[in-house]
Amino acid sequence: MASQYMLPHVQQPPSFHSTASQPRQHQWSPYTENGGVILGIAGKDYVIIAGDTRSSEGYSINTRTARKIFDVGSGIVLGVVGMSADGEELARKVARRIDDYKRNHDKHITVNAAAVMLSRILYAKRFFPYYCQPLLGGLDEDGVGAIYTYDYVGSFEREASRAFGAAASLITPFLDNQINLKNQFVPGTNGDEPRKPGDLPMDRVEKIVKDAFTSAVERHIEVGDGLQLVRVTRPPPREAMEDEEEVDEREKTAGGGVLTEVMSELKKD
Amino acid sequence: MNQFPHGWGRPRDDVYGAYDSSYLNSTEPVSHTQRPIVTGTSVLGVKFNGGVIIAADNIASYGSLARYDNVERLLQVGTHTVVGAGGDISDMQYLHLLLDNLLIKEQYPADDHALLAPQVHTYISRVLYQRRNKFDPLWNSILTAGADPKTSEPFLSYVDLRGTTYTAPALATGYGAHLAVPILRRHVPDEEACASLSQEDAEKLVEECMKVLWYRDARSGVKYSWAVVTKDGVTTGNNKIENQSWKFAEMIKGYGAQNV
Repeated sequence: MASQYMLPHVQQPPSFHSTASQPRQHQWSPYTENGGVILGIAGKDYVIIAGDTRSSEGYSINTRTARKIFDVGSGIVLGVVGMSADGEELARKVARRIDDYKRNHDKHITVNAAAVMLSRILYAKRFFPYYCQPLLGGLDEDGVGAIYTYDYVGSFEREASRAFGAAASLITPFLDNQINLKNQFVPGTNGDEPRKPGDLPMDRVEKIVKDAFTSAVERHIEVGDGLQLVRVTRPPPREAMEDEEEVDEREKTAGGGVLTEVMSELKKD
Repeated sequence: MNQFPHGWGRPRDDVYGAYDSSYLNSTEPVSHTQRPIVTGTSVLGVKFNGGVIIAADNIASYGSLARYDNVERLLQVGTHTVVGAGGDISDMQYLHLLLDNLLIKEQYPADDHALLAPQVHTYISRVLYQRRNKFDPLWNSILTAGADPKTSEPFLSYVDLRGTTYTAPALATGYGAHLAVPILRRHVPDEEACASLSQEDAEKLVEECMKVLWYRDARSGVKYSWAVVTKDGVTTGNNKIENQSWKFAEMIKGYGAQNV
């Protein structure tokens, strides 16, 4: 949780009971919190990353159309939630580094290499961290969906599903139950045989994502307005494509996966 | 002759004495802007069909003192952009200097490429974000308004002292975000609504919002500047809030609705 994270450089406010003779200083904070929630789910041949489009500061809504999911190139998506200025800076930096990689090595970066790179970028600012939680998604070298999740300073892990942001605590147990099938049993086994997670079809996962967001909107004031959903899927087989030029063009612009973005509405109250 | 290159071109120690470098080793820490001093209040902006309107009053306050009453807080940058600033006035004036220099530099190539509002906004947001990274912020909230000279597509965006940026059909800084934005959003909830809002209606809307701010924001002024940007360029003007009615003030008791 963002609020529990103690930033190392920020002076602790003086105690209320401190001696009156000492001057009290009010430190300006370079950080702010812009709310919102993001969610990533990896399937066996796809990845879905979604986020709401509300940006807020305190009780004010800045805008209803702010995107949190970024196409950083080479078929990789980055979702960021927390302080939007830091998040957008991070997305710019990652996109730039992925582009550099392509130009230097004449090939697309793999998702796992990009994941390590993102960790290094975050750790480089260990003592003035980016105040945002990133979620990196794409298809790995076997074409299997991969979601990498991070903390502020670069600790990371590959996971099947994860929610970050303001309503993460509301969405996480729903994901545990609906994606990882926790506390679910095969019908007719009298609660003896747990259901096995994995192999969920993409359209079913998209429905789960939408439900997660519509529910979060009901219970969290910083979530709402719109839903930005980005899919990463395998490209259609070569022979299904129109001509060689199209194949070449796609292979130049995308890495392991093809990105599609779907925008939809959420409640605005 | 001194054989050591270090000493060449310097005052000779045997003539002038050793160089006194004590002023370089101050024991005081470097101090940065801790708080704004002379401040401007809200800036408003609304997109309409074919352009955008932006407005800011002419008051610069020193705390609760209305210190200067004829300050221009809107700056035209190039041919199709206006930048409006709230917050610290000296930081705003420094930013104006940066923008002037940027514009001069952009003139040199004479390649028919002009800076438009999106570029100006990005430039300002990079300056503000870098200054926050140095813990030496420019204490401003800034609206950048503009229109594309070819497509007449309106542009309006916000950036503040932490580098936070966003864009919306209608924006306001400071108290305007609390008092004016709810009124503005009633008329322009989304981009489609902007496309069916006429310039005349947008002007009336801003006039109404400036009046609300004059009634309720104690740091606001009765005179304000406005600017309209369309594909034809920038039109500016000054306005004074007319037809005031303070009748409602008689009814106010205490801090809120009370029946005493």
